Amino acid sequence: MVKPATKGASTHALGLTDKVRSAGAHHRETCLKTLRDLLKNWMTSLMTWLVIGIALALPAILYLLLANASSFGGGFDGTARINLYLSRGPDPQLILQAVQAQPEIASADIIFASEALQSFEAETGFGNILLSLPRNPLPDVIEATPLDVAPAELTILSKRLEALDGVERVAIDLEWLERLFAILALGERFITTLGLFLSLGVVLAIGNTIRLAIENRRAEIEIIKLVGATDAFVRRPFLYLGFWYGFGGALVAWIMVQLSLLVLSGPIKQLLDSYQNQFSLEGLGFVTTFGLFTVGISLGVAGAAIAVSRHLHTIEPT
Amino acid sequence: MIRFDQVSKRYEGGKDALSRVSFELADAEMAFLTGHSGAGKSTLMKLIIMMERPSQGQVFLQNQNLNRLARRHIPQIRRNVGVVFQNHQLLFDRTVFDNVALPLIVAGYQPREIGRRVRAALSKVGLSDKESRYPVALSGGEQQRVGIARAVVNKPPVLLADEPTGNLDPELSAEIMNLFQQFMQVGVTILIATHDLELVKKMGLRQLTLNHGQLSG
Repeated sequence: MVKPATKGASTHALGLTDKVRSAGAHHRETCLKTLRDLLKNWMTSLMTWLVIGIALALPAILYLLLANASSFGGGFDGTARINLYLSRGPDPQLILQAVQAQPEIASADIIFASEALQSFEAETGFGNILLSLPRNPLPDVIEATPLDVAPAELTILSKRLEALDGVERVAIDLEWLERLFAILALGERFITTLGLFLSLGVVLAIGNTIRLAIENRRAEIEIIKLVGATDAFVRRPFLYLGFWYGFGGALVAWIMVQLSLLVLSGPIKQLLDSYQNQFSLEGLGFVTTFGLFTVGISLGVAGAAIAVSRHLHTIEPT
Repeated sequence: MIRFDQVSKRYEGGKDALSRVSFELADAEMAFLTGHSGAGKSTLMKLIIMMERPSQGQVFLQNQNLNRLARRHIPQIRRNVGVVFQNHQLLFDRTVFDNVALPLIVAGYQPREIGRRVRAALSKVGLSDKESRYPVALSGGEQQRVGIARAVVNKPPVLLADEPTGNLDPELSAEIMNLFQQFMQVGVTILIATHDLELVKKMGLRQLTLNHGQLSG
Protein backbone atom coordinates (compact mmCIF):
# COMPACT_ATOMS: atom_id res chain seq x y z
CA MET A 1 0.00 0.00 0.00
CA VAL A 2 2.54 2.47 1.14
CA LYS A 3 5.37 2.46 -1.30
CA PRO A 4 8.71 1.76 0.24
CA ALA A 5 10.84 4.84 0.48
CA THR A 6 12.71 5.18 -2.74
CA LYS A 7 15.15 7.51 -1.20
CA GLY A 8 16.20 8.47 2.25
CA ALA A 9 16.82 6.29 5.22
CA SER A 10 17.11 2.71 4.21
CA THR A 11 13.86 1.05 5.16
CA HIS A 12 14.41 -2.65 4.99
CA ALA A 13 11.25 -4.11 3.61
CA LEU A 14 10.49 -7.45 5.18
CA GLY A 15 10.05 -10.38 2.85
CA LEU A 16 6.90 -12.45 2.97
CA THR A 17 8.62 -15.50 4.44
CA ASP A 18 10.08 -13.33 7.16
CA LYS A 19 6.65 -11.98 7.91
CA VAL A 20 5.05 -15.40 8.06
CA ARG A 21 7.86 -16.75 10.21
CA SER A 22 7.76 -13.79 12.56
CA ALA A 23 3.96 -13.93 12.78
CA GLY A 24 4.31 -17.57 13.80
CA ALA A 25 6.93 -16.64 16.33
CA HIS A 26 4.73 -13.87 17.67
CA HIS A 27 1.82 -16.26 18.04
CA ARG A 28 3.94 -18.71 19.98
CA GLU A 29 5.42 -15.98 22.10
CA THR A 30 2.08 -14.30 22.83
CA CYS A 31 0.49 -17.63 23.63
CA LEU A 32 3.18 -18.51 26.17
CA LYS A 33 3.49 -15.02 27.60
CA THR A 34 -0.26 -14.87 28.21
CA LEU A 35 -0.07 -18.17 30.07
CA ARG A 36 2.92 -17.00 32.11
CA ASP A 37 1.05 -13.83 33.09
CA LEU A 38 -1.99 -15.86 34.10
CA LEU A 39 0.13 -18.17 36.24
CA LYS A 40 1.95 -15.25 37.79
CA ASN A 41 -1.37 -13.89 39.06
CA TRP A 42 -2.60 -17.38 39.78
CA MET A 43 -5.05 -16.39 42.52
CA THR A 44 -7.07 -14.17 40.22
CA SER A 45 -6.76 -16.61 37.34
CA LEU A 46 -7.87 -19.50 39.51
CA MET A 47 -11.08 -17.66 40.41
CA THR A 48 -11.96 -17.31 36.76
CA TRP A 49 -10.96 -20.90 36.04
CA LEU A 50 -13.15 -22.13 38.87
CA VAL A 51 -16.17 -20.16 37.66
CA ILE A 52 -15.75 -21.54 34.15
CA GLY A 53 -14.92 -24.99 35.49
CA ILE A 54 -18.10 -25.22 37.54
CA ALA A 55 -20.21 -23.99 34.66
CA LEU A 56 -18.70 -26.66 32.42
CA ALA A 57 -18.61 -29.45 34.99
CA LEU A 58 -22.30 -29.35 35.86
CA PRO A 59 -23.64 -30.20 32.41
CA ALA A 60 -20.70 -32.56 31.85
CA ILE A 61 -21.58 -34.62 34.93
CA LEU A 62 -25.26 -34.68 34.05
CA TYR A 63 -24.35 -35.69 30.53
CA LEU A 64 -22.21 -38.56 31.79
CA LEU A 65 -24.94 -39.82 34.10
CA LEU A 66 -27.37 -39.65 31.23
CA ALA A 67 -25.00 -41.51 28.92
CA ASN A 68 -24.59 -44.15 31.60
CA ALA A 69 -28.34 -44.43 32.09
CA SER A 70 -28.77 -44.83 28.35
CA SER A 71 -26.27 -47.64 28.17
CA PHE A 72 -27.91 -49.19 31.23
CA GLY A 73 -31.27 -49.09 29.42
CA GLY A 74 -29.61 -50.24 26.25
CA GLY A 75 -28.48 -53.39 28.07
CA PHE A 76 -32.00 -54.63 27.59
CA ASP A 77 -31.44 -54.43 23.85
CA GLY A 78 -34.56 -52.36 23.42
CA THR A 79 -36.82 -55.28 22.53
CA ALA A 80 -39.71 -56.35 24.61
CA ARG A 81 -40.10 -59.71 26.22
CA ILE A 82 -43.48 -61.35 26.44
CA ASN A 83 -44.36 -63.64 29.29
CA LEU A 84 -47.35 -65.93 28.95
CA TYR A 85 -48.56 -67.33 32.24
CA LEU A 86 -50.25 -70.63 31.59
CA SER A 87 -53.21 -72.10 33.37
CA ARG A 88 -52.98 -75.63 34.67
CA GLY A 89 -54.33 -78.33 32.52
CA PRO A 90 -53.55 -77.96 28.81
CA ASP A 91 -50.27 -79.32 27.53
CA PRO A 92 -47.70 -76.50 27.65
CA GLN A 93 -45.88 -77.90 24.61
CA LEU A 94 -48.97 -77.42 22.44
CA ILE A 95 -49.30 -73.85 23.56
CA LEU A 96 -45.62 -73.30 22.86
CA GLN A 97 -46.10 -74.53 19.31
CA ALA A 98 -49.06 -72.19 18.88
CA VAL A 99 -47.01 -69.29 20.14
CA GLN A 100 -44.06 -70.13 17.91
CA ALA A 101 -46.43 -70.22 14.97
CA GLN A 102 -47.20 -66.52 15.37
CA PRO A 103 -45.41 -64.54 12.64
CA GLU A 104 -44.31 -61.78 15.04
CA ILE A 105 -42.57 -64.14 17.43
CA ALA A 106 -38.82 -64.60 17.02
CA SER A 107 -38.35 -67.25 19.64
CA ALA A 108 -40.15 -68.78 22.57
CA ASP A 109 -39.31 -71.12 25.39
CA ILE A 110 -41.01 -72.77 28.30
CA ILE A 111 -39.97 -72.27 31.88
CA PHE A 112 -41.69 -75.01 33.83
CA ALA A 113 -43.04 -74.27 37.23
CA SER A 114 -40.50 -76.58 38.84
CA GLU A 115 -37.58 -74.85 37.14
CA ALA A 116 -38.96 -71.48 38.15
CA LEU A 117 -39.20 -72.65 41.73
CA GLN A 118 -35.58 -73.78 41.74
CA SER A 119 -34.24 -70.56 40.35
CA PHE A 120 -36.43 -68.55 42.69
CA GLU A 121 -35.00 -70.51 45.58
CA ALA A 122 -31.48 -70.04 44.35
CA GLU A 123 -31.80 -66.33 43.73
CA THR A 124 -33.76 -65.21 46.72
CA GLY A 125 -33.33 -67.79 49.44
CA PHE A 126 -37.05 -67.65 50.14
CA GLY A 127 -37.53 -71.12 48.78
CA ASN A 128 -38.43 -72.47 52.21
CA ILE A 129 -41.55 -70.38 52.27
CA LEU A 130 -42.67 -71.85 48.99
CA LEU A 131 -41.84 -75.36 50.12
CA SER A 132 -44.02 -74.86 53.13
CA LEU A 133 -46.94 -74.28 50.80
CA PRO A 134 -48.98 -77.33 49.86
CA ARG A 135 -48.02 -77.02 46.19
CA ASN A 136 -45.89 -74.98 43.88
CA PRO A 137 -47.71 -71.69 43.42
CA LEU A 138 -45.75 -70.75 40.33
CA PRO A 139 -47.31 -71.37 36.93
CA ASP A 140 -45.59 -72.65 33.83
CA VAL A 141 -44.44 -69.70 31.78
CA ILE A 142 -43.68 -69.28 28.12
CA GLU A 143 -41.06 -66.62 27.55
CA ALA A 144 -41.31 -65.21 24.04
CA THR A 145 -39.20 -62.65 22.25
CA PRO A 146 -41.05 -60.80 19.54
CA LEU A 147 -39.49 -59.51 16.36
CA ASP A 148 -38.65 -55.83 16.39
CA VAL A 149 -42.14 -54.43 15.94
CA ALA A 150 -43.96 -51.25 16.91
CA PRO A 151 -45.56 -51.11 20.36
CA ALA A 152 -49.05 -50.89 18.81
CA GLU A 153 -48.56 -54.21 17.00
CA LEU A 154 -47.30 -55.75 20.19
CA THR A 155 -50.53 -54.80 21.89
CA ILE A 156 -52.54 -56.56 19.17
CA LEU A 157 -50.23 -59.57 19.40
CA SER A 158 -50.68 -59.76 23.13
CA LYS A 159 -54.47 -59.75 22.70
CA ARG A 160 -54.18 -62.64 20.25
CA LEU A 161 -51.89 -64.59 22.56
CA GLU A 162 -54.21 -64.03 25.46
CA ALA A 163 -57.01 -65.60 23.41
CA LEU A 164 -55.04 -68.85 23.07
CA ASP A 165 -56.44 -71.75 24.98
CA GLY A 166 -54.54 -72.36 28.21
CA VAL A 167 -53.01 -68.88 28.45
CA GLU A 168 -54.11 -67.17 31.58
CA ARG A 169 -52.34 -63.85 31.29
CA VAL A 170 -49.91 -62.09 28.98
CA ALA A 171 -47.40 -59.62 30.33
CA ILE A 172 -45.28 -57.36 28.19
CA ASP A 173 -42.38 -55.70 29.96
CA LEU A 174 -42.20 -52.96 27.38
CA GLU A 175 -43.84 -50.14 29.21
CA TRP A 176 -41.17 -49.46 31.79
CA LEU A 177 -38.56 -49.50 29.08
CA GLU A 178 -40.55 -46.97 27.09
CA ARG A 179 -40.83 -44.82 30.16
CA LEU A 180 -37.12 -45.06 30.78
CA PHE A 181 -36.37 -43.89 27.29
CA ALA A 182 -38.90 -41.08 27.58
CA ILE A 183 -37.26 -39.96 30.80
CA LEU A 184 -33.84 -40.16 29.19
CA ALA A 185 -35.03 -38.03 26.26
CA LEU A 186 -36.42 -35.51 28.70
CA GLY A 187 -33.15 -35.52 30.63
CA GLU A 188 -31.21 -34.98 27.44
CA ARG A 189 -33.37 -32.00 26.52
CA PHE A 190 -32.96 -30.62 30.01
CA ILE A 191 -29.19 -30.98 29.96
CA THR A 192 -28.95 -29.42 26.52
CA THR A 193 -30.93 -26.39 27.68
CA LEU A 194 -28.96 -26.11 30.89
CA GLY A 195 -25.74 -26.49 28.93
CA LEU A 196 -26.69 -23.70 26.55
CA PHE A 197 -27.47 -21.34 29.40
CA LEU A 198 -24.26 -22.18 31.20
CA SER A 199 -22.28 -21.77 27.98
CA LEU A 200 -23.74 -18.31 27.60
CA GLY A 201 -22.68 -17.68 31.19
CA VAL A 202 -19.13 -18.80 30.41
CA VAL A 203 -18.95 -16.57 27.34
CA LEU A 204 -20.16 -13.58 29.35
CA ALA A 205 -17.83 -14.29 32.27
CA ILE A 206 -14.82 -14.58 29.99
CA GLY A 207 -15.96 -11.58 27.97
CA ASN A 208 -16.10 -9.49 31.09
CA THR A 209 -12.73 -10.67 32.32
CA ILE A 210 -11.20 -9.84 28.95
CA ARG A 211 -12.88 -6.45 28.96
CA LEU A 212 -11.12 -5.69 32.25
CA ALA A 213 -7.83 -6.94 30.84
CA ILE A 214 -8.25 -4.61 27.85
CA GLU A 215 -9.03 -1.73 30.17
CA ASN A 216 -5.94 -2.48 32.24
CA ARG A 217 -3.72 -2.38 29.20
CA ARG A 218 -5.22 0.73 27.64
CA ALA A 219 -1.95 2.69 27.72
CA GLU A 220 -0.05 -0.17 26.13
CA ILE A 221 -2.67 -0.59 23.41
CA GLU A 222 -2.55 3.10 22.57
CA ILE A 223 1.22 3.06 22.28
CA ILE A 224 1.53 -0.04 20.15
CA LYS A 225 -1.16 1.32 17.86
CA LEU A 226 0.91 4.51 17.58
CA VAL A 227 3.99 2.62 16.50
CA GLY A 228 2.06 0.80 13.81
CA ALA A 229 0.47 -2.30 15.33
CA THR A 230 -2.26 -3.85 13.21
CA ASP A 231 -5.63 -4.66 14.75
CA ALA A 232 -4.76 -8.34 14.54
CA PHE A 233 -1.57 -7.74 16.50
CA VAL A 234 -3.44 -5.82 19.20
CA ARG A 235 -6.16 -8.45 19.36
CA ARG A 236 -3.86 -11.43 19.59
CA PRO A 237 -2.93 -11.45 23.29
CA PHE A 238 -6.56 -11.10 24.32
CA LEU A 239 -7.70 -13.96 22.15
CA TYR A 240 -4.97 -16.12 23.69
CA LEU A 241 -6.14 -14.98 27.09
CA GLY A 242 -9.61 -16.27 26.19
CA PHE A 243 -8.02 -19.49 24.96
CA TRP A 244 -6.25 -20.06 28.27
CA TYR A 245 -9.28 -19.17 30.35
CA GLY A 246 -11.25 -21.73 28.36
CA PHE A 247 -8.50 -24.33 28.58
CA GLY A 248 -8.02 -23.82 32.33
CA GLY A 249 -11.77 -23.87 32.87
CA ALA A 250 -12.05 -27.16 30.99
CA LEU A 251 -9.18 -28.60 33.06
CA VAL A 252 -10.91 -27.59 36.29
CA ALA A 253 -14.16 -29.06 34.97
CA TRP A 254 -12.38 -32.31 34.07
CA ILE A 255 -10.98 -32.63 37.59
CA MET A 256 -14.37 -31.84 39.10
CA VAL A 257 -16.10 -34.45 36.96
CA GLN A 258 -13.54 -37.10 37.83
CA LEU A 259 -13.87 -36.34 41.53
CA SER A 260 -17.67 -36.42 41.33
CA LEU A 261 -17.57 -39.77 39.55
CA LEU A 262 -15.29 -41.08 42.25
CA VAL A 263 -17.75 -39.97 44.89
CA LEU A 264 -20.80 -41.20 42.99
CA SER A 265 -19.44 -44.52 41.78
CA GLY A 266 -19.74 -46.20 45.20
CA PRO A 267 -23.44 -45.53 45.81
CA ILE A 268 -24.32 -46.17 42.19
CA LYS A 269 -22.58 -49.51 42.27
CA GLN A 270 -24.47 -50.46 45.40
CA LEU A 271 -27.74 -49.43 43.85
CA LEU A 272 -27.11 -51.39 40.70
CA ASP A 273 -25.79 -54.42 42.53
CA SER A 274 -29.15 -54.65 44.25
CA TYR A 275 -30.61 -55.09 40.78
CA GLN A 276 -27.96 -57.74 40.12
CA ASN A 277 -26.81 -55.74 37.19
CA GLN A 278 -23.45 -56.22 35.60
CA PHE A 279 -22.75 -52.56 35.18
CA SER A 280 -19.83 -50.25 35.71
CA LEU A 281 -19.96 -46.48 35.68
CA GLU A 282 -18.50 -45.10 32.49
CA GLY A 283 -16.02 -42.26 33.16
CA LEU A 284 -14.64 -39.51 30.96
CA GLY A 285 -13.23 -41.25 27.94
CA PHE A 286 -10.89 -39.77 25.41
CA VAL A 287 -13.71 -38.49 23.23
CA THR A 288 -15.60 -36.84 26.08
CA THR A 289 -12.42 -35.29 27.44
CA PHE A 290 -11.56 -33.98 24.01
CA GLY A 291 -15.10 -32.63 23.68
CA LEU A 292 -14.93 -30.94 27.07
CA PHE A 293 -11.71 -29.13 26.17
CA THR A 294 -12.98 -28.21 22.72
CA VAL A 295 -16.13 -26.69 24.21
CA GLY A 296 -14.17 -24.87 26.92
CA ILE A 297 -11.61 -23.41 24.54
CA SER A 298 -14.25 -22.46 21.96
CA LEU A 299 -16.30 -20.63 24.57
CA GLY A 300 -13.18 -18.91 25.88
CA VAL A 301 -12.08 -17.69 22.48
CA ALA A 302 -15.67 -16.70 21.61
CA GLY A 303 -15.99 -14.65 24.81
CA ALA A 304 -12.67 -12.98 24.12
CA ALA A 305 -13.58 -12.27 20.50
CA ILE A 306 -16.81 -10.59 21.59
CA ALA A 307 -15.07 -8.46 24.20
CA VAL A 308 -12.29 -7.55 21.79
CA SER A 309 -14.65 -6.57 18.98
CA ARG A 310 -16.71 -4.43 21.35
CA HIS A 311 -13.96 -2.68 23.26
CA LEU A 312 -10.71 -2.67 21.33
CA HIS A 313 -11.66 -0.23 18.60
CA THR A 314 -12.77 2.31 21.20
CA ILE A 315 -9.15 2.61 22.27
CA GLU A 316 -7.34 4.95 19.94
CA PRO A 317 -4.29 7.01 20.74
CA THR A 318 -5.13 10.61 21.53
CA MET B 1 7.42 13.65 1.22
CA ILE B 2 4.81 15.49 3.28
CA ARG B 3 2.30 17.75 1.58
CA PHE B 4 -0.67 19.61 3.06
CA ASP B 5 -3.19 20.97 0.61
CA GLN B 6 -5.69 23.48 2.05
CA VAL B 7 -6.09 21.39 5.16
CA SER B 8 -8.61 22.43 7.81
CA LYS B 9 -9.41 20.60 10.98
CA ARG B 10 -12.40 21.46 13.06
CA TYR B 11 -12.94 19.50 16.27
CA GLU B 12 -16.35 18.64 17.53
CA GLY B 13 -17.52 21.62 19.47
CA GLY B 14 -16.62 24.00 16.69
CA LYS B 15 -13.03 24.90 17.48
CA ASP B 16 -10.94 25.37 14.36
CA ALA B 17 -7.59 23.79 15.10
CA LEU B 18 -6.24 24.31 11.58
CA SER B 19 -7.59 26.34 8.73
CA ARG B 20 -6.46 26.12 5.13
CA VAL B 21 -2.95 24.98 5.86
CA SER B 22 -0.78 24.26 2.85
CA PHE B 23 2.91 23.41 2.80
CA GLU B 24 5.29 20.83 1.48
CA LEU B 25 8.33 19.18 2.93
CA ALA B 26 10.76 17.64 0.48
CA ASP B 27 12.63 14.39 0.99
CA ALA B 28 15.42 14.76 3.50
CA GLU B 29 14.23 18.18 4.52
CA MET B 30 14.26 19.24 8.12
CA ALA B 31 11.97 22.00 9.37
CA PHE B 32 10.67 23.50 12.58
CA LEU B 33 7.03 23.96 13.39
CA THR B 34 6.50 26.80 15.83
CA GLY B 35 3.60 28.71 17.30
CA HIS B 36 1.92 29.49 20.57
CA SER B 37 0.26 26.75 22.62
CA GLY B 38 -2.95 25.72 20.97
CA ALA B 39 -1.85 27.08 17.61
CA GLY B 40 -2.44 23.66 16.07
CA LYS B 41 1.03 22.13 16.07
CA SER B 42 -0.08 18.86 17.63
CA THR B 43 -3.12 18.64 15.40
CA LEU B 44 -0.94 19.05 12.34
CA MET B 45 1.29 16.21 13.44
CA LYS B 46 -1.67 14.00 14.34
CA LEU B 47 -2.96 14.40 10.79
CA ILE B 48 0.28 12.99 9.41
CA ILE B 49 0.10 9.80 11.47
CA MET B 50 -3.66 9.56 11.02
CA MET B 51 -4.54 10.00 14.65
CA GLU B 52 -6.93 12.57 13.23
CA ARG B 53 -8.50 13.03 9.83
CA PRO B 54 -8.81 16.46 8.22
CA SER B 55 -12.23 18.10 8.04
CA GLN B 56 -11.24 19.59 4.71
CA GLY B 57 -8.30 19.47 2.36
CA GLN B 58 -5.80 16.74 1.70
CA VAL B 59 -2.72 15.37 3.38
CA PHE B 60 -0.15 13.52 1.31
CA LEU B 61 2.57 11.32 2.67
CA GLN B 62 5.02 9.81 0.21
CA ASN B 63 2.65 10.91 -2.55
CA GLN B 64 -0.19 9.02 -0.98
CA ASN B 65 -3.43 10.76 -0.26
CA LEU B 66 -4.13 9.88 3.36
CA ASN B 67 -7.80 10.81 2.98
CA ARG B 68 -8.23 7.85 0.69
CA LEU B 69 -6.61 5.36 3.04
CA ALA B 70 -8.83 2.91 4.83
CA ARG B 71 -8.46 2.33 8.53
CA ARG B 72 -6.66 -0.94 8.02
CA HIS B 73 -3.78 0.82 6.25
CA ILE B 74 -3.10 3.12 9.19
CA PRO B 75 -0.51 0.78 10.77
CA GLN B 76 1.55 0.81 7.58
CA ILE B 77 1.59 4.63 7.61
CA ARG B 78 2.65 4.74 11.22
CA ARG B 79 5.51 2.36 10.59
CA ASN B 80 6.87 4.85 8.08
CA VAL B 81 6.65 7.78 10.45
CA GLY B 82 8.70 7.81 13.63
CA VAL B 83 7.21 10.03 16.30
CA VAL B 84 8.86 11.54 19.34
CA PHE B 85 6.09 12.48 21.73
CA GLN B 86 6.08 15.36 24.11
CA ASN B 87 4.96 13.10 26.95
CA HIS B 88 7.32 10.29 25.87
CA GLN B 89 4.53 7.68 25.69
CA LEU B 90 6.77 5.02 27.21
CA LEU B 91 5.53 1.83 28.80
CA PHE B 92 6.62 1.95 32.41
CA ASP B 93 6.33 -1.76 33.05
CA ARG B 94 8.88 -2.57 30.36
CA THR B 95 12.58 -2.06 30.14
CA VAL B 96 14.21 0.54 27.95
CA PHE B 97 15.16 -2.21 25.53
CA ASP B 98 11.60 -3.50 25.27
CA ASN B 99 10.22 0.01 24.80
CA VAL B 100 12.59 0.75 21.96
CA ALA B 101 11.91 -2.67 20.42
CA LEU B 102 8.14 -2.08 20.16
CA PRO B 103 8.03 -0.74 16.59
CA LEU B 104 10.17 -3.66 15.42
CA ILE B 105 8.10 -6.30 17.23
CA VAL B 106 4.94 -4.79 15.82
CA ALA B 107 6.42 -4.85 12.32
CA GLY B 108 7.47 -8.47 12.73
CA TYR B 109 11.25 -8.34 12.82
CA GLN B 110 13.29 -11.36 13.87
CA PRO B 111 14.59 -11.31 17.46
CA ARG B 112 18.22 -11.19 16.35
CA GLU B 113 17.53 -8.24 14.07
CA ILE B 114 15.57 -6.56 16.84
CA GLY B 115 18.47 -6.87 19.26
CA ARG B 116 20.90 -5.45 16.74
CA ARG B 117 18.75 -2.48 15.79
CA VAL B 118 17.67 -1.62 19.31
CA ARG B 119 21.30 -1.54 20.48
CA ALA B 120 22.26 0.60 17.51
CA ALA B 121 19.44 3.07 18.26
CA LEU B 122 20.28 3.18 21.96
CA SER B 123 23.94 3.79 21.27
CA LYS B 124 22.96 6.65 18.96
CA VAL B 125 21.12 8.40 21.77
CA GLY B 126 23.83 7.52 24.28
CA LEU B 127 21.83 5.09 26.40
CA SER B 128 23.68 1.86 25.65
CA ASP B 129 24.29 1.20 29.33
CA LYS B 130 20.62 1.71 30.29
CA GLU B 131 18.92 -0.91 28.15
CA SER B 132 17.79 -3.11 31.02
CA ARG B 133 16.59 -0.21 33.19
CA TYR B 134 12.95 0.69 33.59
CA PRO B 135 11.87 4.17 32.44
CA VAL B 136 11.07 5.25 36.02
CA ALA B 137 14.74 4.92 36.86
CA LEU B 138 15.68 7.41 34.16
CA SER B 139 15.78 11.19 34.18
CA GLY B 140 13.36 13.22 32.05
CA GLY B 141 16.03 13.81 29.46
CA GLU B 142 16.91 10.14 29.32
CA GLN B 143 13.26 9.19 28.91
CA GLN B 144 13.06 11.67 26.05
CA ARG B 145 16.03 10.01 24.42
CA VAL B 146 14.43 6.58 24.82
CA GLY B 147 11.47 8.05 22.95
CA ILE B 148 13.78 9.24 20.21
CA ALA B 149 15.48 5.86 19.97
CA ARG B 150 12.09 4.22 19.61
CA ALA B 151 11.08 6.70 16.90
CA VAL B 152 14.12 5.98 14.75
CA VAL B 153 14.73 2.30 15.52
CA ASN B 154 13.01 1.03 12.38
CA LYS B 155 14.62 3.76 10.26
CA PRO B 156 11.43 5.43 9.08
CA PRO B 157 11.65 7.86 6.15
CA VAL B 158 9.75 10.49 8.15
CA LEU B 159 10.38 11.65 11.69
CA LEU B 160 8.04 13.87 13.69
CA ALA B 161 9.07 15.33 17.02
CA ASP B 162 6.77 17.16 19.38
CA GLU B 163 8.83 19.34 21.75
CA PRO B 164 11.74 16.90 21.72
CA THR B 165 13.95 19.21 23.74
CA GLY B 166 11.28 20.36 26.16
CA ASN B 167 12.82 18.61 29.14
CA LEU B 168 16.44 18.93 28.23
CA ASP B 169 19.15 21.38 29.23
CA PRO B 170 20.74 23.41 26.40
CA GLU B 171 23.69 21.09 26.09
CA LEU B 172 21.50 18.02 25.69
CA SER B 173 19.16 19.92 23.37
CA ALA B 174 22.07 20.66 21.10
CA GLU B 175 23.06 17.01 21.15
CA ILE B 176 19.55 15.93 20.22
CA MET B 177 19.42 18.46 17.39
CA ASN B 178 22.76 17.21 16.21
CA LEU B 179 21.26 13.74 16.19
CA PHE B 180 18.31 14.90 14.10
CA GLN B 181 20.68 16.50 11.64
CA GLN B 182 22.48 13.21 11.29
CA PHE B 183 19.18 11.53 10.47
CA MET B 184 18.46 14.27 7.95
CA GLN B 185 21.80 13.66 6.31
CA VAL B 186 20.90 10.02 5.71
CA GLY B 187 17.70 11.14 4.04
CA VAL B 188 15.05 11.32 6.76
CA THR B 189 12.40 14.02 6.45
CA ILE B 190 12.04 15.68 9.81
CA LEU B 191 9.45 18.02 11.29
CA ILE B 192 10.08 19.33 14.78
CA ALA B 193 7.42 21.17 16.77
CA THR B 194 8.98 23.43 19.35
CA HIS B 195 8.62 26.50 21.52
CA ASP B 196 12.32 27.03 21.63
CA LEU B 197 12.77 29.93 19.22
CA GLU B 198 16.36 30.37 20.33
CA LEU B 199 17.14 26.92 19.12
CA VAL B 200 15.30 27.45 15.85
CA LYS B 201 17.28 30.59 15.16
CA LYS B 202 20.54 28.87 15.96
CA MET B 203 19.85 25.99 13.62
CA GLY B 204 18.95 28.26 10.73
CA LEU B 205 16.47 25.82 9.21
CA ARG B 206 13.14 26.32 7.55
CA GLN B 207 10.42 27.44 9.93
CA LEU B 208 6.68 26.91 9.66
CA THR B 209 4.77 29.13 12.06
CA LEU B 210 1.22 28.43 13.07
CA ASN B 211 -0.92 31.23 14.40
CA HIS B 212 -4.43 30.30 15.51
CA GLY B 213 -4.50 27.44 13.07
CA GLN B 214 -3.14 29.41 10.12
CA LEU B 215 0.25 29.10 8.61
CA SER B 216 2.26 32.30 8.44
CA GLY B 217 5.81 32.94 7.35
